[in-house]
Amino acid sequence: MEYLSIFVKGIFVENMIFAYFLGMCSYLAVSKTVKTANGLGLAVIFVLGITVPINYLLENYVLKEGALAWFDPSFANVDLSFLSFIMFIAVIASMVQLVEMIVEKFAPALYGALGIFLPLIAVNCSILGGALFMQERQYPSIGEATVFGLGSGVGWWLAIVAIAAIREKIRYSHVPPPLRGLGITYIITGLMGIAFMSFMGIEI
Amino acid sequence: MSSENKPVRKESLFSKKNRKLLKDPLGDSNPITIQVLGICSALAITVQLQQAVIMSLSVLFVMIGGNLIVSLLRNLIPDRIRIIVQLVVIASLVIVVDEVLKAYQPDVSEKLSVFVGLIITNCIIMGRLEAFALANKPGPSVLDAIGNAMGYAWILLVVSIVREVFGSGAISLPGMGQVKFLPEGWFIASEGFYENNNLMILPPMALVVVGIIIWIQRSRNEALIED
Repeated sequence: MEYLSIFVKGIFVENMIFAYFLGMCSYLAVSKTVKTANGLGLAVIFVLGITVPINYLLENYVLKEGALAWFDPSFANVDLSFLSFIMFIAVIASMVQLVEMIVEKFAPALYGALGIFLPLIAVNCSILGGALFMQERQYPSIGEATVFGLGSGVGWWLAIVAIAAIREKIRYSHVPPPLRGLGITYIITGLMGIAFMSFMGIEI
Repeated sequence: MSSENKPVRKESLFSKKNRKLLKDPLGDSNPITIQVLGICSALAITVQLQQAVIMSLSVLFVMIGGNLIVSLLRNLIPDRIRIIVQLVVIASLVIVVDEVLKAYQPDVSEKLSVFVGLIITNCIIMGRLEAFALANKPGPSVLDAIGNAMGYAWILLVVSIVREVFGSGAISLPGMGQVKFLPEGWFIASEGFYENNNLMILPPMALVVVGIIIWIQRSRNEALIED
C-alpha cells in the first residue's frame, strides 16, 4: 500500500512538471507532436527508474553522514554529503551513456525510438531533481525510492503527452499571433497545473 | 588560427560586438522567453523576491565561472567527453554556491531546497557553454555569461515581484525580511476591502505570468512571432 501511495503521489500530486516545473526545457521543446513526446516520456521513465535507485545506494552507503561505517567503523563520522551534486550528476551522465549503448546493442528498435532523446536526458532537470528529492525525503528503502522514481517518470510522461496532444489540436484555433507557440504553451501548462492541483491531498 | 597570421588588432572591451553580447540576451534573444532555456528554476522559486534575487546571483556566479573556465579550457577538452567535463565544472561551482548559501543565508537556502542543486542542469548554463564558451575567447565568454544571466535575472525579478505583490501584498529582499506595505486596515480580515490573491502564490500562476511577459514582448516586436 505504501508503494502504491508513493507511485500515485509521484504521478498526480507531486507531478514533476505541474508542481515543481522540473524538466520544463525539454517539455517545451519536444512537445510539438505526440509521437516524439511519447518517445521522450518513455526515455525519462526508463532513466528515472534506473538512476534513482542507484543514487539511493550511493547516498546511503557512501555519501550520508556515517554511511561509510559498513566499510570500516573508523569512518563512522565521515560526512561526504557536500559531494552529492557532483556524484549524482556523474552517475546520471554515465548511466545515460551506458543505457544508450546497451539499448543500441540489444534493442535496436527501442533505440530507434528513443535514440536521439537519450543524450538529451542527461541534462533534463527532472532526472537530477528526482535524485535530489530522493535525498531530501529520506525514503526508508530502495524499493520505495525506485517506485518514487518510476512514479515521477510516469507523471512526466503523462504531462508531456497531454501537452503535445493539445498543441497538435491548437494549430487549428485562432491564437493571437504574439502568443502562438511558446506563449500559449506556457498558459495552457499553467491551466493544466491548476487542474492537477485538484489531486492535492489524495491519500491512499 | 587565422587571427594569428593577421596583425592582431586589439578589440576594446566595449566594442559594438561586445556590447551586443551583453544587450541581446536582455531583449530579443532572452534565454527564458525566446531561447526557452533555464525555465525549471525560473518558475519554481519566484514566490518571493528574496529567493529570486539569491537565485539570480547564484546563476550569475556559476555562469561567469563556468563560461570562463570552459573558455580557458576550450582547446584542451576532447570533443567526445565535453558534456561530462562541462557538468563537472558546473557542479563544482554549484557546490561552492550551495555551501556559501548554507553558511550565510540558511533560511533562503532552506526554501530553495533542491533548486540550488538544479542549477547544474539549468539549461541556460549548459546551453551557453555549448553554444558560446566552447568556441570563443574568455573575454567575450564572460560578457556573454553576464548578459545571459542578466536576461534570466530580470524575468525572474519581474515574475517574483508580480507574484509577491499580488499574492502576499509584500516585498522581500535578502537581509530585510518581508515588508508588508499595505495598511492592515485595508484587509477584509480587519473590515477593509482588500484580499490577497492566493492563486498567485501557487505554482501554475508562474507559468501564466511568464506567458503574459512573452505575449507583451512579442506584440512589441513582431519579428519574434512564431508561425
